[in-house]
Amino acid sequence: MALLELEGVTKQFGGLTAVSNVSFAVAEGQIVGLIGPNGAGKTTLFNMINGFLKPTAGQIRFRGERIDGLKPHKVCRMGLARTFQVVKPLQRMTVLDNVLASSFLRFPARADAERNAWEVLEFTGLTPVANTVSKGLPLGLRKRLEIARALATRPALILLDEACAGLNPTELDESIRIIRKIRETGTTVLIIEHHMKVIMSISDHIVVLNYGEKIAEGSPEEVARNPAVIQAYLGGEAAHA
Amino acid sequence: MVQLEVFLQTLVSGLLLGGLYALIGLGMTLIMGVMKIINLAHGELMMVAMYIAFWLFHLLGMDPYVTLLVTVPALFVLGVFIQKTLISPVLKVDSILPENQVILTVGIGMVLQNLATLFFTSDYRSTPVDYASDAWYLSDWWRSSPIELSFSVPWVVSFGFAVAITAALWWFLQRTDAGKAIRATAQDKDAAILMGVNVERMTVVTFGLGAALVGAAGSLFIPMYYLYPALGGRFTLIAFVITILGGLGSTQGAIIGGLILGVFESMTATYVGMGWAPVGRFLVFVACLIFLPGGVAGLMRRR
Amino acid sequence: MASAAQTLGRYRTAAAVVVGLAVIPLVPGLNSSYVLHMLILMLMWSVIGMAWNLLGGYCGQVSFGHAAFFGLGAYTGGILYYHLGWSAWWGLPVGMVVVALGALGVGYICLRLRGPYFALGTLAMGEVLRVTAENLEWLTEGTRGIMLETRTWVAKEPFYYVILAIAVASFVVLEVMVRSKWGYYFVAIREDQDAAESLGIDTTLYKNIALVVSAVLTGVAGAFYTCYMGYIDPEIVFALHDVSIVAIMVVMVGGVATRWGPLVGAVIMILLSEVVRTLPYIGRAHQTLFGILLIVIIIFLPNGVVGDFRKMMRFFLGRSKPAGAGGV
Repeated sequence: MALLELEGVTKQFGGLTAVSNVSFAVAEGQIVGLIGPNGAGKTTLFNMINGFLKPTAGQIRFRGERIDGLKPHKVCRMGLARTFQVVKPLQRMTVLDNVLASSFLRFPARADAERNAWEVLEFTGLTPVANTVSKGLPLGLRKRLEIARALATRPALILLDEACAGLNPTELDESIRIIRKIRETGTTVLIIEHHMKVIMSISDHIVVLNYGEKIAEGSPEEVARNPAVIQAYLGGEAAHA
Repeated sequence: MVQLEVFLQTLVSGLLLGGLYALIGLGMTLIMGVMKIINLAHGELMMVAMYIAFWLFHLLGMDPYVTLLVTVPALFVLGVFIQKTLISPVLKVDSILPENQVILTVGIGMVLQNLATLFFTSDYRSTPVDYASDAWYLSDWWRSSPIELSFSVPWVVSFGFAVAITAALWWFLQRTDAGKAIRATAQDKDAAILMGVNVERMTVVTFGLGAALVGAAGSLFIPMYYLYPALGGRFTLIAFVITILGGLGSTQGAIIGGLILGVFESMTATYVGMGWAPVGRFLVFVACLIFLPGGVAGLMRRR
Repeated sequence: MASAAQTLGRYRTAAAVVVGLAVIPLVPGLNSSYVLHMLILMLMWSVIGMAWNLLGGYCGQVSFGHAAFFGLGAYTGGILYYHLGWSAWWGLPVGMVVVALGALGVGYICLRLRGPYFALGTLAMGEVLRVTAENLEWLTEGTRGIMLETRTWVAKEPFYYVILAIAVASFVVLEVMVRSKWGYYFVAIREDQDAAESLGIDTTLYKNIALVVSAVLTGVAGAFYTCYMGYIDPEIVFALHDVSIVAIMVVMVGGVATRWGPLVGAVIMILLSEVVRTLPYIGRAHQTLFGILLIVIIIFLPNGVVGDFRKMMRFFLGRSKPAGAGGV
């Protein structure tokens, strides 16, 4: 059984169909890439998986249980965490407190929560800035804080929404290393990314969306050869790669 | 038949009141739409306009409707001044609570109300125009009418002015470049900046315009209402109830919201009791929050 | 992370303040009925301020309607006394229940709103209760108000110790809450509700908790007010400007989301209103001065006297020192 399954997921806003009849599955232990031109419905899909939006039709199952329509905090409690494309740090809290706030979910006792928070900070390389107020962090570190906060809830599956956008080459390498490490520790990853080099090198499996529909799915090599994908990227908007 | 007559009379008074409410709501909505702040000094601005109209009437013998020529520009200037010297700086301050701006307008309202008390005492003042109790009757036009309705002259005239001003505002927003720039700013500030709209200036103009609209309402209310400094607070509440009812930032919504509120208050006063009219006002508000979160505008969009 | 020394230091300050306040009535010269009256009002307002600060400062839900809870508490005591002949002090425990239920109702309606709309929603709630209390004459005696025939004590000292105990209890309750997991959740909700929700925090639940606790403390202050002043009417206890707005001002002046802000703010506000009231010409202008003070604070000291203490010192002493980072 796949960890996450989407079946015929559709979202309409008024007359506009943002996501149309999308089905795919994420197997445990994989890194799955979700790609597509701007406006393809990737973030809308994340918002449905994570519970901010309720699908108009279709089912979303996590470990075999339906999660579509559940509130985000319940989804998170079940072991599915996410990051945001536009980072949402708790601005006036320090990096440590940010991570601590989400550690309490699994570790109600303060000492345990703190131990968990420090572990996550170490894992993501944020220990040196632990006591910095998160508002003052550069973008690269704020992006990484997003990941750290999500990891602190000890998820089985983590959704990363453009965790690498806007990073410089050094930061990019560090982020790729962290994403691989997340998988090694047993957490499955579903990642939205525009950066083709990144997505092709880290994904085990790639799902391609265009205008809200799934147009291709497969290994990076298969997807790269797929004519519909090439058409979507070259024909429509200029590719971001 | 008597019951029907009472009902229709209540409806007429409610609609006339609602037209003026719409004018108040429009100013608040405009400010909220463009600046994303809630002006809790709105009623106090109207109170200032009413004092201007009151003194022009008593000292110069100016008709309340003529005072529009003074109150509207005066309130525009006051609005611009408040926006430039107080609200603008606060928008740049970083604070824990973004509601700072709302609290700021409360402070402005307090100062205005208290200054009015200092200068003019808290006495109730009236503006006895000759036509205060004149009325037109339905039977004047339709002799064999089975029911009788009265239309108070000052209410009808004020309502007419309110409609005219609303129409002028609509024309301004739809047809002039400045109006279009204001609407663009309300829709998407960043995009407006990219399109070359001077957003800073538009917010200043908008606040001035919002104040001018409620200033006009002040002149239109003065023939019918007693004037006292605390009146402002009451109208601030009315203004935001209308704004929520109409759907935040929607001009058509504000007009419909004003009319609904006017009718509802008038009905509550007739059928439940005068003292309960404010409760009716808030019941509308609460019901709207629960059942109609997008206000009237949300309902119109859904269709 | 709070070290043991810091923890000790924190409670040493608090203990010193409590002991200091407790001995004031014993000090000759300070134990005049006038001074005690001022201190009682300061403590009462600091309770309301602490309560408001929990919901507004920490949880980020700015309420313009705390008069609703103050009035509910005050009227619970008043009504029990007037209709049932009970002591008005029953207003404290019974009022806590009544206000908690009232707060759940307000929460149901208002907590779905965000930011300024929540503020306006609560403002409406306060006004609804005021107008209701004015019109529901069979229960509340309307605008005539309710008067206690005799007050429990003639002297001020007993009242002083009662409100001091309430203030200390409130301080402890809030301190424990804010330092716990709940405190982190409240601040997380304030900083970004969507992020908090997606990190597994039940934002609806925790906002309701903050609201109920905040409301109950405010209600206790209201019930105390009835016993102490001996007279209430809707215009006084459900007042928008004199209760709801003053509650905000106490916290804004003292310092939003700071431990001592509400107490400092209450002291400043009460002293100020007293000074202003006694000045011959300016007395009637106290609202103007309050309004101007509010405007000045918002523009120049957005974090209040406690939160912007360093900034203030820098301004007065002309020293420049980097400001410390304000965390939870």
